[in-house]
Amino acid sequence: MIRAQGISKTFNAGRPNEFRALQDVSVELPFGRTTILKGPSGSGKTTLLGIIGCMARPTTGRIYLGEREITSLPERFLTGIRRQTFGFIFQQFNLIKGLTVLENVMIPAYPLGEKHGLLRQRALDTLELFDLGRKAGAKVDWLSGGEAQRVAIARALINDPLVVIADEPTAHLDSRLSTEFMAIMRRLKGEGKTIILASHDPIVYDSDLGDLLIEMRDGRIVRGGERP
Amino acid sequence: MAANLERQRHIVDFTVASLLRRKGKNGALLAVYTVIVFLLASVIFFTHALKQEAARVLKDGPEIIVQRTLMGRYSPIPRSYADDIREIGGVQSVRPRLWGYYYDGSFLANYTLMVPDEAPPPGEIVLGSGISRLREAFPGDIVGFTGFDGRPQSYRVQGLLPEESQLVAADLILLAESDYRQLSGIPADQATDLVLTVRNRKELATIAEKIVKLHPDTRPIIRSEILRTYDALFSWRSGVVTVLFTIAALAFVIFAWDKATGLSAEERKEIGVLKAVGWESSDVLLLKFWEGLLVSLTAFLLGTALAYLHVFAGTFWLFAPVLKGWSTLYPEFRLTPFIHFGQLEVIFLLTVVPYIVTTIVPSWRVATIDPDMVLR
Repeated sequence: MIRAQGISKTFNAGRPNEFRALQDVSVELPFGRTTILKGPSGSGKTTLLGIIGCMARPTTGRIYLGEREITSLPERFLTGIRRQTFGFIFQQFNLIKGLTVLENVMIPAYPLGEKHGLLRQRALDTLELFDLGRKAGAKVDWLSGGEAQRVAIARALINDPLVVIADEPTAHLDSRLSTEFMAIMRRLKGEGKTIILASHDPIVYDSDLGDLLIEMRDGRIVRGGERP
Repeated sequence: MAANLERQRHIVDFTVASLLRRKGKNGALLAVYTVIVFLLASVIFFTHALKQEAARVLKDGPEIIVQRTLMGRYSPIPRSYADDIREIGGVQSVRPRLWGYYYDGSFLANYTLMVPDEAPPPGEIVLGSGISRLREAFPGDIVGFTGFDGRPQSYRVQGLLPEESQLVAADLILLAESDYRQLSGIPADQATDLVLTVRNRKELATIAEKIVKLHPDTRPIIRSEILRTYDALFSWRSGVVTVLFTIAALAFVIFAWDKATGLSAEERKEIGVLKAVGWESSDVLLLKFWEGLLVSLTAFLLGTALAYLHVFAGTFWLFAPVLKGWSTLYPEFRLTPFIHFGQLEVIFLLTVVPYIVTTIVPSWRVATIDPDMVLR
């Protein structure tokens, strides 16, 4: 279980543009389940995802991964956890332009020092799962929106993470591609992955994929719990 | 260990792919950088090779040259001085020399005239290749000069001096003593200067002192002083070029600094993505290190190789007029390739190291920020 306890996050503290993105948020996300964070823009979903995924530290509060408190870990250890435990799918996909599909998928595994041949094969296998094998050598600049997102998913999965985190994954997709994305998530859930999605798209938060639905507003959780 | 090597390999692969996707920008940077290294290396190689050449030539030169001065200016020396100096203890031999300069008004060139030990017979001369080229005079041809009294003198070219001695002999004319005196007007009892050999080098200074005591109107010049003068001359000339180079280098520094420090929004975002997907700050810095090293090392190797060809195979056409002198008769010679490890070290320290530093330092700030910036 991932447990966030009394999390607050303040940006630009002490400056005129100080902004409190999260205020005393506590939440428990069980492993193997799918959690959906719902709420309008500026409600704090992305900030909470970032803190849970070890991308940022909270101003106050603690995060537990299983029984381990990870908030106070040095950057190096936090990076290790981020790399091994979490796979991120960003709203803007954040693929690195000018590089090929295969190179983009391999990037998260580079610091691990795996043998190049093995890593390449693993990346190709992952791409095949998303029907992108024939696009492996293509530059990501030329991909369609749906293809780019599938590459982003493949990249998130390359280190076989325990948890897949997606921030507004359908924001740039039409309804057909959004439904396709949800199908992929369903598949991953079936494989035992823990999935955390943040979205204000009904295709996401109304789907039967989510086991937990947490509604946020103004940096606080306003409603949350097991779905019926 | 193996994992670390693979990690390095992956990051180098990524660096190369990263550099290749901005071909235009990085290509332009590499070209400018290579030119800077080329200029710096050319000057360093050439100056050192020239000093070596001069030292090699002077190695067999006389240990002391005695000139006569009149009110501080050079004046021919009476041959009788040679007999007096020969009597000084420690002096092995004294030989009067006849040599001088000749200005050829029709070709606007200065020649050096010299009477060697084994001089050609009267009426014949041996020419340096520079003069031969300039006047299109070859063995068997008749060459005319104007004597000190305005009367024309003509000589048959007996032969040409070998090419390898071009540095010192391009403008040289060897002729018989009688011809030299007729051309220059120097009286029979006088010489241009005296050259001495001594038994013990440690006594050079003492002997020089004794010569001045014996003939206060003379000026003994010790070989090490000549070498020092050459060194100073070439260092000064290379200094002139270095000043020009510094201006160019400064422009490059501004260019590189701008490129390296001003990480574009795209580059900042990429670093954020790398961190978000699991790269540590040290991985990002390693990437930047490889990037800096690849660009600067390529420029260093290319620039140095081009400079080597320019100096030792291409006759240093770019800077020759400044560094070799201002004579019309530039020697056309190939310098003996001479590269000292220290020179490469200097070029490396002046070019590669600053670039890597300017590449890494700005990335340090970006590499240590929280990766959640890419979420926004």
